Amino acid sequence: MARHQLARRLPGAMLVALLSAVAFLWASPFLWTVVASFRPEGAGSAGMASLLPDFTPTLENFRNALESGTFGLYYVNTLVVVTGLLAVQCVTVSLAGYAFARLRFPGRDALFYAFLLQLMLVPPALIVPNLRTVVDLGLYDSLPGVMAPYFASAFGTFLMRQTFLALPRDFEEAAAIDGAPWWAIVWYVLLPMAKPGLIAFAIVSVTAHWNEFLWPLMVINSPANQTLTIGLAAFTRGAEGGKEWGVLAAGTLLVMAPLAVAFVTFQRRFVDSFVFSGVKG
Amino acid sequence: MSVAGATGALESVQDRLRAKATSMRRRRMRLLPYALLAPSLLFLALFTYLPIVRVLVDSLFDKPHGTGAGEAFVGLGNYARVLADPAFRQAALNNLVYALGVLIPTLVLALAFALAVQRSTRLSAVLRTIFFLPSLVPLVAAASLFFFIFLPGVGLLDHYLAKLGLSGPNWLGNSDVALWSVIGLTVWKNAGYYMLFYIAGLQNVPRDTLEAAMIDGANAWQRLRFVILPALAPTTAFVTVIALIQLLTSVDHVIVLTRGGPSNATNLVLYYIFQAAHENFEYGKAAAATLISVAVLLALSLGSLRVMERGARGNG
Repeated sequence: MARHQLARRLPGAMLVALLSAVAFLWASPFLWTVVASFRPEGAGSAGMASLLPDFTPTLENFRNALESGTFGLYYVNTLVVVTGLLAVQCVTVSLAGYAFARLRFPGRDALFYAFLLQLMLVPPALIVPNLRTVVDLGLYDSLPGVMAPYFASAFGTFLMRQTFLALPRDFEEAAAIDGAPWWAIVWYVLLPMAKPGLIAFAIVSVTAHWNEFLWPLMVINSPANQTLTIGLAAFTRGAEGGKEWGVLAAGTLLVMAPLAVAFVTFQRRFVDSFVFSGVKG
Repeated sequence: MSVAGATGALESVQDRLRAKATSMRRRRMRLLPYALLAPSLLFLALFTYLPIVRVLVDSLFDKPHGTGAGEAFVGLGNYARVLADPAFRQAALNNLVYALGVLIPTLVLALAFALAVQRSTRLSAVLRTIFFLPSLVPLVAAASLFFFIFLPGVGLLDHYLAKLGLSGPNWLGNSDVALWSVIGLTVWKNAGYYMLFYIAGLQNVPRDTLEAAMIDGANAWQRLRFVILPALAPTTAFVTVIALIQLLTSVDHVIVLTRGGPSNATNLVLYYIFQAAHENFEYGKAAAATLISVAVLLALSLGSLRVMERGARGNG
């Protein structure tokens, strides 16, 4: 009997062991970043690559990263891009989503397909012609230039359309009978109920643009307008000497931390948003 | 004129005015949908439709940079030059190897992770976080981490390989290995993201079929092969498409880690475009290469749409 139980539990135990090993492997780059960023320069006999925290932690690396990389400025620029973009997107996707969800008009289906085209022709594929457009608009080397290609969002429009479609029509009809104009219906009746959709969109948008690199790299020229990812890339290429690794780890941690903390805090919301962001087809 | 007649005339004027106001409101309401779509359409026109026209036109002209010479119409010359460029051929081939080399292990791992963490226990929640976290960090930050991991001799990988008595190749410096190192990074980064879709997809696996299979004595592998995988086919098709689009349109890690080297071993199509436009100022070439990659993206999306529609019909 006991032997039978053991035989039955053994595969399960092996599976857990295997899973833990893979999870450790998956987490090791992060573990190293955290350990290395708190390691004093030259401390610990095992060398920089060690995952063991055999030292007294120091904040020196973070101080150096903040000073050498002008990370403060990059943070502000990234925040401006992310929030400015989100503010504009909330307006464009709410209006378009409402039109597609609630209004009937000639050409609606054709226009909807015209929107969906953006899901295939993603902006990163069009960096070269879009850079010329940004130059023509006088937005080269400016933060609005970084944001402009994303002001319209097919994904956001689709998400808001689905959200509005799922709402009951009773409230709007009551408001319409009372003589409320369309904008009052959208603002006071629909949007408060559509908040989960907007939050899902906000999470996906903020994550995507906090992490974006190639497009800002092309648009931005002067150091004063650089975003976090550009700063980090320059920092990485500059840190090839062996001494700088603790500082680089600290810098990387500074870039990753805000989203990671937000994710761990609001895990369910994040997961739901990302799954929805995929289930758009 | 009688009082009654005057009142009647006044009323008919009021009626006409009211009718006019209503028809104006109707017309305004007719235009409303287009007004609501206008802001989005403006930016879509500028940054999704116009660029297609632009690359179409640009790809037909050659404007030598810095020579002061004007644009010259070269017809399909840029396409011929791009397709004959060994660097572009290499980049296209690399991109194919990269896409398949990332896609297959990513799908397998994503499904394995999803199966491992689908139950809602505390351990599952922790593991889910660990597996998902890489997809939340910027690709640039992942590249920074792996720059150190791949560092010859003293990096994380070589440090621990040495403890096992092994020695690795120069992960990013060896042209036979570098692309696979970049593939490894990308698998680490993406698997957890696609895991989310499989976790969601697993909820749609019919419970009674699974139980029936168990009662009939199907083992775990048979249940996976004959019940779970067929039920997940739409998820797999969908994840494949978004993964391929992503693998054709992100090169941040290549820019940070290898700059396409050594000897073009890690050059990908978008990096080739970036280099042609941003570093060599060959806009005609960049435009032609962009149009080629846009054609691939469209073919991929439309083809997959057809496949998914057929799949949906088969299921329903």
